[in-house]
Amino acid sequence: MKLSQDFVRRLPDSRHHFGRQQGLWQRLHIDPILLLILLALTCFGLVVLYSASGQSESMVKRQFVFFSIAYCVMFVVAQLDMQMVRRWSPWLYVGGIILLMLVILVGVGAKGAQRWISLGVVRFQPSEAMKIAVPVMTAAYFSTRSLPPKFTDIVVSMIIIMLPAVLIFMQPDLGTAILIAASGIIVVFMAGLPWRYIFGSLAMVGISIWPMWHWVMKDYQKQRVLTLLDPEADRLGAGWNIIQSKTAIGSGGLHGKGLFNGTQSQLDFLPESHTDFIIAVMAEELGLIGVIFLLSLYLLLIARGLHIAWTSQNTFNRLLAGSITLTFFVYVFVNIGMVAGMLPVVGVPLPLVSLGGTSIVTLMTSFGLLMAIATEKKKVVA
Amino acid sequence: MMWAGEQLHQFKDHHREARVFAVRAAISFLMVVALFGVLLARYYRLQVTDHEVYATRSDRNRIHVRPIPPNRGLIYDAQGQLLADNRPTFTLSVVSERTSNLEQTLDHLANLIEVSERDRENFLKRLRQRRRPFEAVPLRYRLTEEEISRIAVNEFELEGVEIEAQLTRAYPKGALFAHTVGYVGRINERELSSFDQATYERYSGTHSIGKIGLERYYESELLGQVGSENIETNAHGRVLRTLEFTDPQPGKDLYLFLDSRLQQVAVDQLAGRRGSVVAIDVKTGGVLAMVSAPAYDPNLFVNGISYKDYRALNESRDLPLFNRSIQGQYPPGSTIKPMLGLGGLEAGVVDFDTHIFDPGYYQLENDERLYRDWKKGGHGRRVDLRQAIVESCDTFFYDMAFRMGVDSMHPFGDKFGLGERTRLDIPSERPGLWPSREWKERVRGLHWFPGDSLNISIGQGDVLTTPLQLAVMTATIASRGTHLRPRLVKQLGDQPTEREVVDQIEVQPQYWDYVHSAMEGVVHSARGTAHRISRGIGYKMAGKSGTAQVVGIAQDEEYDADKLDERQWDHALFIGFAPVEDPQIAVAIIVENGEHGSSAAGPIAREVFDTYFAMQAEDNAKP
Repeated sequence: MKLSQDFVRRLPDSRHHFGRQQGLWQRLHIDPILLLILLALTCFGLVVLYSASGQSESMVKRQFVFFSIAYCVMFVVAQLDMQMVRRWSPWLYVGGIILLMLVILVGVGAKGAQRWISLGVVRFQPSEAMKIAVPVMTAAYFSTRSLPPKFTDIVVSMIIIMLPAVLIFMQPDLGTAILIAASGIIVVFMAGLPWRYIFGSLAMVGISIWPMWHWVMKDYQKQRVLTLLDPEADRLGAGWNIIQSKTAIGSGGLHGKGLFNGTQSQLDFLPESHTDFIIAVMAEELGLIGVIFLLSLYLLLIARGLHIAWTSQNTFNRLLAGSITLTFFVYVFVNIGMVAGMLPVVGVPLPLVSLGGTSIVTLMTSFGLLMAIATEKKKVVA
Repeated sequence: MMWAGEQLHQFKDHHREARVFAVRAAISFLMVVALFGVLLARYYRLQVTDHEVYATRSDRNRIHVRPIPPNRGLIYDAQGQLLADNRPTFTLSVVSERTSNLEQTLDHLANLIEVSERDRENFLKRLRQRRRPFEAVPLRYRLTEEEISRIAVNEFELEGVEIEAQLTRAYPKGALFAHTVGYVGRINERELSSFDQATYERYSGTHSIGKIGLERYYESELLGQVGSENIETNAHGRVLRTLEFTDPQPGKDLYLFLDSRLQQVAVDQLAGRRGSVVAIDVKTGGVLAMVSAPAYDPNLFVNGISYKDYRALNESRDLPLFNRSIQGQYPPGSTIKPMLGLGGLEAGVVDFDTHIFDPGYYQLENDERLYRDWKKGGHGRRVDLRQAIVESCDTFFYDMAFRMGVDSMHPFGDKFGLGERTRLDIPSERPGLWPSREWKERVRGLHWFPGDSLNISIGQGDVLTTPLQLAVMTATIASRGTHLRPRLVKQLGDQPTEREVVDQIEVQPQYWDYVHSAMEGVVHSARGTAHRISRGIGYKMAGKSGTAQVVGIAQDEEYDADKLDERQWDHALFIGFAPVEDPQIAVAIIVENGEHGSSAAGPIAREVFDTYFAMQAEDNAKP
């Protein structure tokens, strides 16, 4: 790959112990540790998917193609100049908002929700773009403020965050809305949101549970919550997924039933086994040991992400890297917790493992940004 | 684009921001680690602490025990002809647990094949009964080839629908053996609730049960032992493989004494009439033929008879469902006379020289009532026991009964099995009635009158017998006192059934000879009431005709068939055995409203015997 002169950045002299390799990675804007962890997760994910799909080669091939595209996107994004990203963030954000409004007006529906815009051949899901745009925009906003944020800053940032969240909620896509809001709120938190606001809002949420339950929530939403508390009550309906996934996980035991030998998953008892519930397949076949292995990889990835954020040299980069990393954690936590019956069932895929097209590309885009941040920080110092 | 306040950037406290961020990042990382710990704890609990619970649940999920019904034992006649067979039929069943919308699936099925409202009702009724989860509940039986293919084509949109091949009972001889072989039917709710746990297990996978006849009596032998199969299924209930298999044990086959040829002759002879023929092997007590006419097709009942068919059978005046051979209780009429004659001889109230004058009636002292003889004007002077049997003289028996008394007559008749069930190996037998002094006082609250003895001596009054009892009585006379329990089954599986002597009746040998010879006279002497059936006969046959009143005739009235409805005509009876020298077969025949035993019932006996001896000759001729 021949790089144009604009993208070449010089190494600081203090980094000698990384040697020439470090220099090469630096020039390619690739973080080798992050890449290694990602590759490990990707390979592991493909194996689990192969099992979860009932050993469907075509499905694994499809996933492989998505990953290939996503890795390319990641490498390209990693070359971006973060200051440029920061400057362009309002356009990205405003463009995303317009698209979300278009979805509501002219969107394409599926399963009772309007989430796509049809662009002839391709269907485009603007909420995916917002997963990037919201943290970037919020981080960019705070990078212009004196931190920790003042009350007006918080109000403005909340508007920035809640506007797309509300639009996505209207699609309706509660899960994505919550996750996008979370990615923004993480930025606010990292920016130094005063503790009194944090505890104050937690207290408010606590107080508002009762009126929410009685006045706001719809019956099907209450049903979801009740199902979570007692899945057995609705064995064949909403509780089925949870019962079957818990059975899959629990029956896996410490060592698991062996790869491709999970009865729950291979005999179709587990619904959505290759998408949202894929970890149950892995837990059944590879046991607690497999779960620990996967969680370790995720933890390593998060640790690396936070390290990148920690060592980056400007506010925008720090906040964005922190948000990307912690949002990734939220995805992991919500999915793994949901499959184990700890959290309500919201459609959140397991990052880098579940079958997915655009979601993988989005995820790898954010890792591209992380790599750009990781390799850019030295220039600032210089 | 310039931010409002971009200029502030210059005044930012970078160190403070970095410090705040560092603290927040550290807190975040600690939270991440803590929350990973929570996840791990959750998975540890599921996978280690509660592993057993979920492992069991997972097995239960996929492994189903499916019962394999045993093949029901077959039933053969004496010649090895199949009377009850198992034939494969195709049944459409639905597993409600595997349908997402049962009603919709049923509607869909009804569009493809014929599903009547009744099929549907029965299905829903069965669905509500006690059953295992994931057990297929039958909806339609006896699918045609076309129906099967129509279902197969649409299989993908018929959730939980199964087509099962199963063996269904079939009765190839149709109505011929309806009353003896009986039939199986679907297990009903009452039967199901009467099962204990072990029985319930035995019937899992079996849908039918013996309802009447041999099918009912030998139910537990015919049924066999259920087998089982542990099958792995997926969430959609598709069977993927068999993990364990226990063979079912087929039920035992029944081999009967009944012979289709003899049975057919009896049925042909009774064609268009109501009545019964029972033929017994004198040596073994085996029932060679047992016919109750009219009969019905037992195949109608196997998968549940239609309401229309059942009503037709149930409401028919001819009572086709009624097994006359064991349930019909008729006055035996004069057929009882040979037995009573023996009793009189043995009791010493008559001997070979005893004779009476018969003016055509008998009168008791201090009683104005005339006990009439069937023959107007009587049988004349010097009527002895032999003549009284040959010509069926009532007056002789009136006199003998008067002298003998009920206390002597009753125990003697008892020994021949009158008034008691024969314990034939099919259910629902009725006992008949052989009156005694004690019985009359207990049931009627009246004293025994000498006139009552007179009435029973000619087989009238309160005495009632079933055709089977008469046949047993006849066989007992034929065998000179060996009262055998009658039985239909010769061999159960590979185990022959035992000959069972109920009573060995001790009567002087010359008395047997005397009565046998008198009964031979009924058929073979010119004055015998049944002498017409002896024409062209190639063996010696003993018999006794009888006529039983259906309606009481007042003292001064004459019996006049023309004035009465056909259904009030006298019943015709006949008992007999052959050959006289070495009796092998005994019969009892009743033709309802057949009027005269000698003319209506006697010829049937002759046909049955002719066939029997022809059969023997035929069988002996075989290498």
